[in-house]
Amino acid sequence: MGQAYSAGLTVTDNIILRKERILPLKGTVLVEKGQKVAADDVVAETLLPGKVVPFNLANKLGVTPAQLEKFIQIKAGDQITKQTVLAESAGLFGTGLFKTVVHSPVDGEVESVSAVTGQVLLREPRVPIQVKAFVDGIITDIIPEEGVVIENKSAYIQGIFGIGDETTGEIMMLASTPGDEIDAGKINESCRGKIIVAGSFVPFHVIEIAKNHGVAAIITGGIDDQDIKKLLGYDIGVAITGHEEVGLTIVCTEGFGKIDMARKTFELLKRFNGKKASIHGHTQIRAGVIRPEIIIPLEFQEDELGAAKAGLSYLRIGTSVRVIRQPHFGSILKVTALPEELTKVESETLVRTLEAEFEDGTRVILPRANVEVIES
Amino acid sequence: MQYDEKRLTRIVATDCGSTTTKAILIEFVDGEYRQTIRGEAPTTVEAPLNDVTKGVINATQELEELARLKYNNPNIKFMEDGKFIIPRDGDTGVDAYVSTSSAGGGLQMMVTGVVASMTGESAERAALGAGAIVMDLISSNDKRLNHEKIERIRHLRPDMILMAGGEDGGTVKHVVEMAELVSGADPKPRLGAEYKLPVIFAGNKEAVGAINETLSEKVNLIVTDNIRPKLEMENLGPARDKIHDIFMEHVMQQAPGYDKLMVWTQGPDHKAVPIMPTPAAVGNIMQTIAKDEKIEVLGVDIGGATTDVFSVFTEDYIFNRTVSANLGMSYSISNVLASSGLENIMRWVPFDINENELRNMIKNKMIRPTTIPSLLEELVLEQAIAKEALRLAFEQHKEFASGLKGMQRQRDISEAFSQSTSGDTIVNLKTLDLLVGSGGVLSHAPRRNQTMMMLIDAFLPEGITRLAVDSIFMMPHLGVLSEISTKAATEVFRKDCMLYLGSCVAPIGRGKYGKPALSAKLELPDGSVFEEDIPFGEIRLIPCGVGEVAKATLKTSGGLILDENKAKELTVDLHGGMVGIALDTRGRQPFALPTEKEMRIKYLKKWMRELKAYPEEILV
Repeated sequence: MGQAYSAGLTVTDNIILRKERILPLKGTVLVEKGQKVAADDVVAETLLPGKVVPFNLANKLGVTPAQLEKFIQIKAGDQITKQTVLAESAGLFGTGLFKTVVHSPVDGEVESVSAVTGQVLLREPRVPIQVKAFVDGIITDIIPEEGVVIENKSAYIQGIFGIGDETTGEIMMLASTPGDEIDAGKINESCRGKIIVAGSFVPFHVIEIAKNHGVAAIITGGIDDQDIKKLLGYDIGVAITGHEEVGLTIVCTEGFGKIDMARKTFELLKRFNGKKASIHGHTQIRAGVIRPEIIIPLEFQEDELGAAKAGLSYLRIGTSVRVIRQPHFGSILKVTALPEELTKVESETLVRTLEAEFEDGTRVILPRANVEVIES
Repeated sequence: MQYDEKRLTRIVATDCGSTTTKAILIEFVDGEYRQTIRGEAPTTVEAPLNDVTKGVINATQELEELARLKYNNPNIKFMEDGKFIIPRDGDTGVDAYVSTSSAGGGLQMMVTGVVASMTGESAERAALGAGAIVMDLISSNDKRLNHEKIERIRHLRPDMILMAGGEDGGTVKHVVEMAELVSGADPKPRLGAEYKLPVIFAGNKEAVGAINETLSEKVNLIVTDNIRPKLEMENLGPARDKIHDIFMEHVMQQAPGYDKLMVWTQGPDHKAVPIMPTPAAVGNIMQTIAKDEKIEVLGVDIGGATTDVFSVFTEDYIFNRTVSANLGMSYSISNVLASSGLENIMRWVPFDINENELRNMIKNKMIRPTTIPSLLEELVLEQAIAKEALRLAFEQHKEFASGLKGMQRQRDISEAFSQSTSGDTIVNLKTLDLLVGSGGVLSHAPRRNQTMMMLIDAFLPEGITRLAVDSIFMMPHLGVLSEISTKAATEVFRKDCMLYLGSCVAPIGRGKYGKPALSAKLELPDGSVFEEDIPFGEIRLIPCGVGEVAKATLKTSGGLILDENKAKELTVDLHGGMVGIALDTRGRQPFALPTEKEMRIKYLKKWMRELKAYPEEILV
């Protein structure tokens, strides 16, 4: 077999990127097709239903739920303010003396009234939700009432795992080699709002310092499992992340533990030192996998757009691969042979293998399942 | 619809797992059906592909290539332009394509009840039994304020909600109050914004009207029998079945490309053959074994994301299935660590390893789920994790395998108040005849001896039990194949799928290491005799091949027993297999490993050496 399908992460200095930006509920699209947008521009917005406030009106009034009907002055759908009287009792012997008047605790709308529980649900005013462009680019498509498609030309890196939401900032290289462990002393006020790049590892205390200096995001080769636990306050059981509110975004390019950042990734980030980038830590390792992204917009002409259809990545002789499991975890190798027959590896497992070489020409045999193609 | 061997001569069957898509070729050759070739490829649910059929194409391409090599015929072709050619015409095409699927990830649920420790707990049990991850249990008495509960429901975005509460004729108010909170939260499903969130109501039947009024406009309300019709009666079956139905209908269908795959699966006359969920297909097979052989069977299928346990117990062949949606060897591997704790994994590892290294290794497997252990040390670690995943899945199964499936289970009033146990399990290891393992880590272990070791250590069979493994993981395929040809499925199952590993003899009871435990005399078919007084805390492996039987005389010492009838002496036939007969005197109920680390490692190495589980270099 001359080639074989293999999953891989994209690391490239030049890609036509297509991003869908969709509202969580239907709403209004604020931009037009062909319009240029910047990452911070709002492209669509909607109103999320407001917070619901349960309020036991029958209790407040001192009547049973069944009796509430006689005294209630509102119905589902009514607009209310804090001055609105929700219900009023008839008072002593129906004379109006010592009557109880219950005002709404919130501004908003009446959601429902229950004769079973005596409870009313009041909904606070709707909350505006905005979707930003997230990347600089051109609107190439409008999805009515839902969102937009933005395209641009970018340098683009997919991470393997991340935490934290979307943010933007300037790339700031703090590591000088892919194997550097970031030095806490290098983080100061000049890092505020920046996306700082570490080499192989970023320990917990450094993440804390970065947070204190308002760093927007950290890109690192590896991170320790226990540091993530300390940061989040819980252990990650299934990798569905990206919405943590930990004060910054972290994108890991290689995995857990101390692992040199792939040279190609490191060099790419170095080349764009000082440039603005968009980054997020969204990871979902399940059906419909999502990986973290680092997007560095480039200058482009409109006629360059029209994203090429993504294809399969194949292992071929000469393909660069990243080893993703021991032994040689993290090494970047070049494929030199793809033997057809099954081969027994140290664990005695019979697997399809490949032969690959290090930069110095040393060759190794590895299971094909334990490498990923570095796409470019 | 069944087809005969004239219409079915070549069939492709796939199982689209959450990690790997496994394809097998079944052919009618020399008057019988055989499984001839096997291929696999990563399941393609990752961007940019996001289409499960791409993995099917890749796995089938591997089948084609291997078939061309096997038959030295370059013209063999199963697909054209990315579609199956049906029916077969000479070298081209296949007569049928069938598939099972478990891609789509786990099932995430939220449950509600009135009293957390009563109806709440019942709802939780039903959800867990149906294979869900219970994200939260919300009840009237859980101390959170109502607006906090609403925020929580809204924030969670579960796949579905199960609402319980109130015995029949009991409180309506509290049940409706809970429904009002759900309604106020207006929850949306995690996947697929186009459908309404399914909410199952399994509470007080007198509240159904009010619940309908409160919820029916906002959610997809499904009403089923009360989970707790009386305080001392629990009735989980109907709710559990509803959860399974909805899981199949909604959640699994979110796997990208599933709609396309549904069109592809068809018989020789182009009639559709429905895709079967993997656990349902394996369940079919387990029930067939039990009924055909008239035995009690316990089976397990351990995958990347989930572990399914199946059992058929009692003379009524009561079938139970549980899906542990958060226990698996890749996507869910980190959850195994979180659920079992590091110490429980380390207790199976015969060497020292840095704790941080192990944690990071597990997390790396989670984020790169398709990798395989290349180093021996990593294989040992993965198999240690597998033992814990299997043990936990089995514990969940025992808890949920209730006697009268779909019927009401009686608990007396004192039990109902204490809530300490979940009622009587019908899983009885002392009467179990056959334990069957399936799934990557068991079917593809480099040595079958490792499979036997994992099954024994995880399930701790008691008395005399036969052990078997799905040879190359094809039970799901055969489960769905039986829908179009029982003959093909049965023939392949007997000849190529079910591989007997041997038997395990494990006396029940406690003892002291080194003290007498079992006197065993085994007359083997080759005329040789194994005879030994085996002390407590040992394992012996006696070779006895597939289809062979050893005449055994077994006698225990020190209070140990051999079966349900507390026999201390037995003369029985022990069935051999690929591995042989294991005599395990490590004790049961309790089974306890030495607590002191050095001692534990010493014994682990001894047992592993005796079972020939690993190469000597890792055991020195």
